[in-house]
Amino acid sequence: MPVNNATAVTAPAPVVRLRNASLSFGARPLWDGLDLDIAPGEFLAVLGPNGSGKTTMLRTLMGLQELSGGSVEVCGKPAARGSRQVGTIPQQRPFDDNTPLRARDLVALGIDGHKWGIRLKRKAMRERVDELLELVGASAYADRPVGVLSGGEQQRLRAAQALADDPRLLLCDEPLLSLDLHHQQAISGLIHRQACDHGAAVVFVTHEINPILQYVDRVLYLAGGRFHIGTPEEVMRSEVLSELYGSPIEVFESNGRIVVVGMPETVNHAHPHQGV
Amino acid sequence: MDISEIWSTVFSFQDYAEILPLVSNSLIAGALLGLVGGMIGIFVMLRDMAFAVHGIAELSFAGAAFALLIGTNVVLGSLVGSVLASLVLGLMGAAAKDRNSIIGVLMPFGLGLGILFLALYEGRSANKFGLLTGQIVAVDTVQLGLLAVCSVVVVVALIAMWRPLTFASVDPAVAAARGIPAGRLSVAFMVVLGLSVALSIQVVGSLLVLALLITPAAAAIRVTSNPVLTVSLSVAFAMTSVVGGILLALAGSLPISPYVTTISFLIYLVCRLIAWRKDKVRHSEKMAVVAA
Repeated sequence: MPVNNATAVTAPAPVVRLRNASLSFGARPLWDGLDLDIAPGEFLAVLGPNGSGKTTMLRTLMGLQELSGGSVEVCGKPAARGSRQVGTIPQQRPFDDNTPLRARDLVALGIDGHKWGIRLKRKAMRERVDELLELVGASAYADRPVGVLSGGEQQRLRAAQALADDPRLLLCDEPLLSLDLHHQQAISGLIHRQACDHGAAVVFVTHEINPILQYVDRVLYLAGGRFHIGTPEEVMRSEVLSELYGSPIEVFESNGRIVVVGMPETVNHAHPHQGV
Repeated sequence: MDISEIWSTVFSFQDYAEILPLVSNSLIAGALLGLVGGMIGIFVMLRDMAFAVHGIAELSFAGAAFALLIGTNVVLGSLVGSVLASLVLGLMGAAAKDRNSIIGVLMPFGLGLGILFLALYEGRSANKFGLLTGQIVAVDTVQLGLLAVCSVVVVVALIAMWRPLTFASVDPAVAAARGIPAGRLSVAFMVVLGLSVALSIQVVGSLLVLALLITPAAAAIRVTSNPVLTVSLSVAFAMTSVVGGILLALAGSLPISPYVTTISFLIYLVCRLIAWRKDKVRHSEKMAVVAA
């Protein structure tokens, strides 16, 4: 029976809890037997080749994709679509030039875009939007049309949308792709701040670990239907990646960057019954 | 026919004061259609559905022609035709690429059916032509009632789904992550679009619906990106085109549609010109900053 002073020392409840989770497309397993707890404030990078189920993993946490087996809980409840406790930053996709929205209107949609009817309380809304624009450093172009903004500027607005509800879980699907270095640093810094200052758990899907290496607590590496979880030092090693990919891979460290050599185009699918 | 004769066919303000009260129903209908067209046009632009509008219009024409043939309410016929067409598109053509090919298949079929029904119809030929290029100078009270009810349905539905529909249209991935039911919204929007097309056909005819459902919104989007202002301008442009078109048509002895389409086209040209000048100013400011 839990005693009050005992709960104070136990670890905080995990934001994400995956138990024996498996997902397959038809006969092809993406991953199987995945047990994973993500604690508040933890920054988890999800790496792996194309088609290894990284994005599907995010969709599972968003409640848009059902597991084939096992269970997934977010903030103590089964993952459900449209949760206010989950923020999402997607891959950069440019807006159409003629989109009739200004930067501030896009951020406002992130706050109340799911609601029906006409927007009431416009003044309170305006103040909240201004705060968020300030937070992501987008105040300078608050009133410009979204269509004329650069990819990096648009991505800051999407970060503002994702942070609007002070989410407990922040899901990022390659948010830095096709951004310049300056914007990459700004966006990944924002995401990190949500984790360390606000205690949000971050799941960050990426091809490239280096831009976020300084923030990453743990890595989930998915490949060929298998996975490996651990700190970057534990996972980003020649032996681990060679085993995951089923072919020899070399990992080097140089100047605080991780360089992976020999990454195959496709991954050999290992089946559990096939011995080595 | 010399120039002055053509001119008096296009504009003649004799007996204007006597005619005006006779068309008050048409003017009310025109204003309602302006409201509907201006509002829904924004979403037609956002969702890139100009071709779908055209396709729905041809099936709406088939429905109206069938109603004319069997002697029932033409407005009802065109409503049934266009709502059926938009439901088919909404349920089958989720992806834009699929959608365009389905429209390409449906459109000639609808037009062909319509022509068949008109060929079988033995009434006044003015009625036939009117379905394609616009007709109702005189809206009777029954039709006006039906138009008004449908307009209210469209406007209320659009206001209700304004924010989620905007979100799902401009940024589908983030909207889906936010739990917005994009699929159901899309079907609902198609039904509303079907209603709007059927309504617009009553004024400008099925060949010219784009002048009401696209041009005003396209013009408004050119000059502003403030969402509230965009909708207001779009509605104002659409209303000006329809009501102005009806008023001008009274002065001549021609159908309404050329006046409506011309006004809406001129508004579009002016808006493009304004946008072009704004871009130029912005560009030269940028250059000045770079040079400094």
